[in-house]
Amino acid sequence: MTATARILDEAEIRRSVTRIAHEILEHNKGARDLVLVGIANRGDDLARRLAAEIERIEGATLPVGVLDITFYRDDIGMRAEAPEVHETRIGFDINGKTVILVDDVLYTGRTIRAALDALVDFGRPTAIQLAVLVDRGHRELPIRADYVGKNVPTRRDEDVRVALKETDGEDAVVVEEPAAKRDVPGGER
Amino acid sequence: MNKHLLSIHDVTAEDIVRILDTAESFREVGTRVIKKVPALRGRTVVNLFYENSTRTRISFELAAKRLSADVINFTTSGTSVSKGESLKDTALTLQAMGADAIVIRHSSSGAPFTLTKWVKGSVLNAGDGTHEHPTQALLDLYTMRDRLGRLEGLRVAIVGDVLHSRVARSLSFALVKMGADVTLVGPPTLIPPDAPAWGVDVSYDIEGVLPKLDVCYMLRVQRERQRQQYFPSVREYARLFGLTRDRVGMLPEGTTIMHPGPMNRGVEIDSDVADLPQAVMEEQVTNGIAIRMALLYLLLGGAREEVGTDE
Repeated sequence: MTATARILDEAEIRRSVTRIAHEILEHNKGARDLVLVGIANRGDDLARRLAAEIERIEGATLPVGVLDITFYRDDIGMRAEAPEVHETRIGFDINGKTVILVDDVLYTGRTIRAALDALVDFGRPTAIQLAVLVDRGHRELPIRADYVGKNVPTRRDEDVRVALKETDGEDAVVVEEPAAKRDVPGGER
Repeated sequence: MNKHLLSIHDVTAEDIVRILDTAESFREVGTRVIKKVPALRGRTVVNLFYENSTRTRISFELAAKRLSADVINFTTSGTSVSKGESLKDTALTLQAMGADAIVIRHSSSGAPFTLTKWVKGSVLNAGDGTHEHPTQALLDLYTMRDRLGRLEGLRVAIVGDVLHSRVARSLSFALVKMGADVTLVGPPTLIPPDAPAWGVDVSYDIEGVLPKLDVCYMLRVQRERQRQQYFPSVREYARLFGLTRDRVGMLPEGTTIMHPGPMNRGVEIDSDVADLPQAVMEEQVTNGIAIRMALLYLLLGGAREEVGTDE
């Protein structure tokens, strides 16, 4: 038996995205000079959903970019193989813009640290704000999210998995118990 | 991936796809305001060049620097090598200095392989004798895939002095591995007798081959070969095998023209042909940096010592 708990279903994810879109517009007093950058993978899916929501609410079309943080990771050389690289595409100028950085899960904060380093190589934004679907705690760096879909208290040995239609064919957020991991042959993933 | 890149035989078709895909990301890095990423901070890459090569050396140097690695250029003139130091002692010295990767060019085929016996880091072959030049082949594959969208089934002619060309060998092996149709074209004296065993076709008639090509890859005529009687004169070679304006007219629409450089304009390729839009030599150079970044990243981005994964 794998012990998994469903934290968010399709409707709840949709409501979270809608609420975050409203919060972004409220906090920034509109959509002016906003750009969205999603962290690959799945952060970019969420960034596109947020852009669609903001367009629906405000009628403004925001540019959406995708950022791969692999080259900025702090654990290169600590794994057996070089981490797999994904696409980065930021086809617009971020100088003077407010960048909404989007990711699926906020955990240790190391991914966000890497993303901040990567972003400033593209220019000097006026501000960077962070939106995440799930905050599962256990920060290892002084980083917090500005917009959170759901706070989920977890243990370190649990796994939070986000599935999105664009990448996985369905919308769901689940927490997996460590027992589920032990069922996997070899215990690695 | 293998720890070293000595030959195209060190990489599988799957590895090649991974290398080209990774290079795609690095080409994007090359378009940024800041063209540098911190991926290989703290690593040391040594360029050990026993043969002159400004182009390849600079390409590797830039690749390593854009990955934030520290780079040492070790050329043979004015160094311990000119004082008679052996390859082994140079290798042991670089090893003692903590080189994580050594990029070597040497006039002796097999020198990079020999080097692997003395050093702990990765060895990348930047051209050895008449053996191989795998990074050139990979950047050429990248350029072809980028221009034409695929490698499988691509019809490629490699024209010129195949016998002495490590580029032609590596490129043939790599293209055959990826399922392309390769034809070697040149005078019989400059086509290796064992070429059919590589899985390629051979032709001595360039005009018969031109009308059915996706890529026409011209090799540099190494003029010193002419003195060794491989062909009667440079002028005759140019007339029989040079890519002239008239011959470009025999190529199908959209055929890509490539050359590894440096070019002899007016010998293997006419000057105005080299300046045509479908001649992509400058793209090859740009892509070369991305490919070498991808290779350094993939070879050095893993653990320095064998350690267990803790994903």
